[in-house]
Amino acid sequence: MDPLSWTGQIAFLNPLMMLTLAALGLSILAWMVLSAVLPENRAINSGAAEMMASGPRDWVASAVRYAFLAVIGVVLAYLILGLILDTKAGIIGALARQFLPVWIALVLLFAISINLKRKLGLYGKLFDSPIGMIGFALVMFWVFTGFFGAFDMIITHDPLSQLSGLKNKVPGTPLPNPEEGQFAWYLLGGDNLARDVFSRMVKGSWEVVKIAPLATIFAFMVGITLGLPAGYFGGRLDTFLSFLANLILAFPVILLFYLLVTPEIVATGLPQYMAAILFAFPLIFFGVLINSRFHTQPQKNYLWLAVVLIPLAMLYLSLINEKGSVLDIAPRALDFFDIPGGILVVFVSVVFVNSPTVFRIVRGLTLDIKTRDYVAAAQTRGERPWYIMLWEVLPNARGPLIVDFCLRIGYTTILLGTLGFFGLGLPPESPDWGSTINEGRKLLSIYLHPAIPPAMALLSLVLGLNLLADGLREESLKD
Amino acid sequence: MGLFILRRTGVMIVTALCLTFIVFFLTNLYPNLEKLAKTQGNFRMSDEAVESWLDSQGYMQPTIVKYGQWLGVAPGWTRENEDGITGRCITGQVSAEAAAQAPTFCGILQGDWGYSTVFKDQVSTIVSKRLGATGFLMLCVLVLMVPTALAIGVLAGMREGSMTDRSLSTVSIMSTATPEYVSGVIFIAVFTSSTVGLKWFKGTATSAMDNPTFENFFLPVLTIALYGVGYIARMTRASMTEVMTAQYIRTARLKGVSFRNIVVKHALRNALIAPFTVIMLQFPWLLNGVVIVETLFNYKGFGWALVQAAGNNDIELLLAISVVSVIVVLVTQLISDIGYVFLNPRIRIS
Repeated sequence: MDPLSWTGQIAFLNPLMMLTLAALGLSILAWMVLSAVLPENRAINSGAAEMMASGPRDWVASAVRYAFLAVIGVVLAYLILGLILDTKAGIIGALARQFLPVWIALVLLFAISINLKRKLGLYGKLFDSPIGMIGFALVMFWVFTGFFGAFDMIITHDPLSQLSGLKNKVPGTPLPNPEEGQFAWYLLGGDNLARDVFSRMVKGSWEVVKIAPLATIFAFMVGITLGLPAGYFGGRLDTFLSFLANLILAFPVILLFYLLVTPEIVATGLPQYMAAILFAFPLIFFGVLINSRFHTQPQKNYLWLAVVLIPLAMLYLSLINEKGSVLDIAPRALDFFDIPGGILVVFVSVVFVNSPTVFRIVRGLTLDIKTRDYVAAAQTRGERPWYIMLWEVLPNARGPLIVDFCLRIGYTTILLGTLGFFGLGLPPESPDWGSTINEGRKLLSIYLHPAIPPAMALLSLVLGLNLLADGLREESLKD
Repeated sequence: MGLFILRRTGVMIVTALCLTFIVFFLTNLYPNLEKLAKTQGNFRMSDEAVESWLDSQGYMQPTIVKYGQWLGVAPGWTRENEDGITGRCITGQVSAEAAAQAPTFCGILQGDWGYSTVFKDQVSTIVSKRLGATGFLMLCVLVLMVPTALAIGVLAGMREGSMTDRSLSTVSIMSTATPEYVSGVIFIAVFTSSTVGLKWFKGTATSAMDNPTFENFFLPVLTIALYGVGYIARMTRASMTEVMTAQYIRTARLKGVSFRNIVVKHALRNALIAPFTVIMLQFPWLLNGVVIVETLFNYKGFGWALVQAAGNNDIELLLAISVVSVIVVLVTQLISDIGYVFLNPRIRIS
């Protein structure tokens, strides 16, 4: 087998790509220079300014638009030709073919969503904003990659197996003696233990996709359950909770991680006790949520409480309970699964670090919303405080909370990477992006390829989440 | 105003006490002490030997007593045995007369920070040396980060929705999405590696400890600054756009004041109040970035010392580092609160 080049037979697209990229860069530069040099439009309102503008401004504007479309076109050409030609189109072609399930899922998702966008509320409105769409596409790309990767669909080799002779080899190196049915190249090269960089990157996305959103949801549950009463009741409770939140916020994050994640501290069971407290918040949240709504209809109340709380309680017990550790309280029959120790600790520390910020946001929103007329109306009707908080205040705070949720998943991803970067918590052979970057950086001046793919992957996922949040914010402000 | 500062300082001291107690408690948990005993004494110590070693070093007292001694508000422990007297404030083993001469209190309030087991040196000298190195790094970061971020934010917020705004906002979003360990790796790969060929900078900043030059110091500074720039720029932009839609700006425009004068004389001052707070509150993140970048570029500063201390279970050094970082964070918060009140005439006068 010959080593693969980057583009193979579709190398003719390279000069085209250069040309369109140069055109895009030049036109954006021209636009910025023009907008600085030309006299400003006399309209204060920017919407009117766009309509009134004509002449050089307009030409440059359309130049930017066409250059951008051309770049998109060439990128699509790379992908489609790569899909058709597979390894004949070099590494790019092979990568495009490997990601085939992801492309199919993305196209289906976008086609369905754009068709139904008027019926889908805020999610549908996202497809009116180009920025939001780009962000959503990036995020869903990694979500699908993680999901399919978990079923071993995209990866070319086992992320943990080491093949002799492929240590630190450059991208596109063929296997020395491939077996039947084995993928014959290391697409993005081998790392310093001769493992496939591409497969590790794909597997690493699953680590992020399974931990980051869940940890963020837990942080939100904690923040909402404590922030609503702090903002609504105020007084001593507020002072106390705010003091606690500021206490955690003043703590340097890395120091906290080092203190919580070291094996000695884990052995004392401290993270497990913290998990027992933090994981109880969803139970409290849903319990109060249902009870405050159906308090006057006991039958419905008990039914709903049972339907929601019993599975949650079972999940809670299996989560915090671990055989042979300090917290071994639940009967065996109720302990369905064990979370690997490292993951639980990572999870707990990420939730712990994130919840005070959520608390402050929710508290601020509550302070603002509780002065509104509909809250006064509910108070006059004689509704109880928890009903007002959860069914009047919270739904009206959803816009900023959803936006912050997206941003916070990105931040959680960065935190997970930081943990991996310092080798804290996760097992050393774990393929998550932070650990891979940490391993790759040691030989960075000689071998670039092991560290760059996970770095770019993390960058694009967090960028996607930020763009998505920006798009959501814009669209939710339009209401 | 005076009352406000006093109250804030009081809260700050309580917070600092709570936080240092938490760190003290966590580092003094029994498994940590056991590890310390084994590294300092003998790896094959039995459980009883560990306990007696810890007892002879005063580690078996209740945590709150130990905390008081470490802080310097409780008298240091002393212990008599057949050869003489040992104690927290006594080096080695001395006779009863010499022990009577030794101070009763020796904690951080008396300036006694303890002894580092990793660096085999007094903690106070290590911390001051490392803090000096990191202080210089931080200063360079602030000099690069703050003007850039403010310029980006003001230019973007000046005309909301314009092309400048959109491209600069994209730049700031990209920079907030790039954590230090990603941008640092990319910078090292692009600018220092021998494979790409651009050998503009050096990949390590170890030599910058003694002799910082542009070549060995710029990349670490840029890496830390980049992550902060985006956030400060977005806050500045938000504040600037809000000011630009205010009534008095509209009045000024209707009176025929030129756009440049409006931005420089009317808007800028009011738009920069909010970013001031944001910059001050960025310090905890900067501290974070410093740890990552110092590890990545092997710059032996404060963050590097933190990683060494935490990784090697160096209790006294870790405590000192956490005290310093907690105080830095709390003092910047205090400055940001006071500065906000001071800069904002609406609050200051009322």
